[in-house]
Amino acid sequence: MTPPHPIELVCPAGSLPALKTAIDNGADCVYLGFKDATNARNFTGLNFDDKSMADGVRYAHDRGRKVLLALNTYPQTDNWPSWTRAIDRAADCGIDALILADPGLMAYARKTHPQLRLHLSVQGSATSYDAINFYYERFGISRAVLPRVLSLAQVEHVIANTPVEIEVFGFGGLCVMVEGRCALSAYATGESPNCNGACSPGKHVRWEQTPKGMETRLNGILIDRFADGERAGYPTLCKGRFDVNGETYYAIEEPTSLNTLELLPELARVGVRAIKIEGRQRSPAYVTQVTKVWRAAIDRLQADPAPFRVEAAWMAELNKVSEGQSHTLGAYYRPWK
Amino acid sequence: MKLALGPLLYYWPRQATLAFYADMADAPVDIVYLGETVCSRRHELRLSDWLEVADILAAAGKEVVLSSQVLVESESDLKTLRRIVTNGRFRVEANDMGAVRLLTGGDEPVADWIAGPTLNIFNPATLGMFAELGANRWVAPPEMSRQQIAELRGGLGRPMEVEVFAHGRLPLAFSARCFTARHYNLQKDTCEFRCLQFADGIPLKTREGEPFLTLNGIQTQSAHVHTLLGDLPAVQADGLDILRISPQGEHTAEVIDLFRQALAGTLPPAEALRNARPLLPEAPCNGFWHGRPGVEQLVTA
Repeated sequence: MTPPHPIELVCPAGSLPALKTAIDNGADCVYLGFKDATNARNFTGLNFDDKSMADGVRYAHDRGRKVLLALNTYPQTDNWPSWTRAIDRAADCGIDALILADPGLMAYARKTHPQLRLHLSVQGSATSYDAINFYYERFGISRAVLPRVLSLAQVEHVIANTPVEIEVFGFGGLCVMVEGRCALSAYATGESPNCNGACSPGKHVRWEQTPKGMETRLNGILIDRFADGERAGYPTLCKGRFDVNGETYYAIEEPTSLNTLELLPELARVGVRAIKIEGRQRSPAYVTQVTKVWRAAIDRLQADPAPFRVEAAWMAELNKVSEGQSHTLGAYYRPWK
Repeated sequence: MKLALGPLLYYWPRQATLAFYADMADAPVDIVYLGETVCSRRHELRLSDWLEVADILAAAGKEVVLSSQVLVESESDLKTLRRIVTNGRFRVEANDMGAVRLLTGGDEPVADWIAGPTLNIFNPATLGMFAELGANRWVAPPEMSRQQIAELRGGLGRPMEVEVFAHGRLPLAFSARCFTARHYNLQKDTCEFRCLQFADGIPLKTREGEPFLTLNGIQTQSAHVHTLLGDLPAVQADGLDILRISPQGEHTAEVIDLFRQALAGTLPPAEALRNARPLLPEAPCNGFWHGRPGVEQLVTA
């Protein structure tokens, strides 16, 4: 049986070239952010100014696709006006929906731009239908992005108990912590995803070849050490090797990517409305690769869901661009927990 | 200034937990937060047991608050949450938006509740909205600095009780995964309740032996103990209402006494901090309060 709504493919756009290639390769929506701390991928050289955003929106709309703006960090008292101005700029640009986490900003958007569609960001940490329905009843959100913590049965239960469309992460870098509930980066560096839009930011990273091997540090804290021949990964602080009771291992999570391609029929069956690809910080080549594979998979499912099977070539393509060249089903697969 | 005992973040055996709260009935804290906020698999005390502890503490003159679970995943988590919200006797600290909906929605919204530290309230617009929905107290997220808290209060335009996380290992992150079970190569669903063996969680060190984090089931804490003992003059000058002390495996009562003496001016804050050091499971830190990385320890001149 074909699900009543086709699944939307939501792809990352860290730049105008990434946006264009996402659309050319079959994204239904792209999501992006401004060049500042108003979004959770606040990295140097990434994101959009007013001009490139207007160009991007035109490019997408000319081809019948949508653009979502991530304004999913939490403003403080002193920088609040930058966030409300970003909402106004987005509305002027003709954005199709805002992805917000802060309730105060939701109230502002609802009042100032009542026509704008609101999505609840994964940074809002809403993991139950009661939490999601709070945002629905107060602000009329149309969609919520689920944190990467629920099993498939739990996702199904949420969908059955809310009128809000549910979007889930399908592929990309894996936060092992509940999004919006992690201050590890703030603890180590003073900058957090919640307030600064950055986790383990590059300016605090040091790579150092030592007699013991290649060491990666975050604000001086040793995150990992690699033997010759080992591939040294970026020191995201939850993906390092640490010592617990005399045992050195990936105590929190391995450097690995989420890949739910094989769950696609199940995600469709339970009524997931959109699948999000992580990676606004990644290159246009990554966006091309991942969008192509997921477009093919969703089209295959929608054309003929019964015999859906994951093609080996799709997995090979995705593994090439995965962190640590490996992947996991994350919380969808219960033993992962 | 009031002192609050935060919810117990660790998983202690039943008798140890009951003995701890029996002691706390006599400790000079004004407010006690009760309940399981970290993991729904922890049930040495069930909600009915927590309510009995609440009665004992209330009879001893404490203000008792029931804290809700931070990460709500299952229908059974929601069932527990509904029972907490409708307990009818004690105020509730809402630690996720599901709790806020249950407190503020429906035909009979609860008029008086507490906005917990994990609601991500960082600005006056958001806090003001929760105040209108019946929140009469706000517990600031631990990562907020002194200046940010002061600015928020200044911008709020209405009085509201403010509580800050003043002592304890910082609750930094929550996950669907259990890191304690992972350490023992167990799955969460069959974790053998290994958390019971660690009154202060499991220390995690870097590969050069520096204490970094603490594994506490699905929660990750700092290794260092965040404490504002040495910063009390600034805390008092700002007119904050409540200081939260998070229970630790040992010496919680002595830590409370040090706060009391330092607040009363009978012990200089620097000396209180020095006296606290042997009572702490790890070195102190206070970076967040100073707008710095939380791991840092800054000495006030």
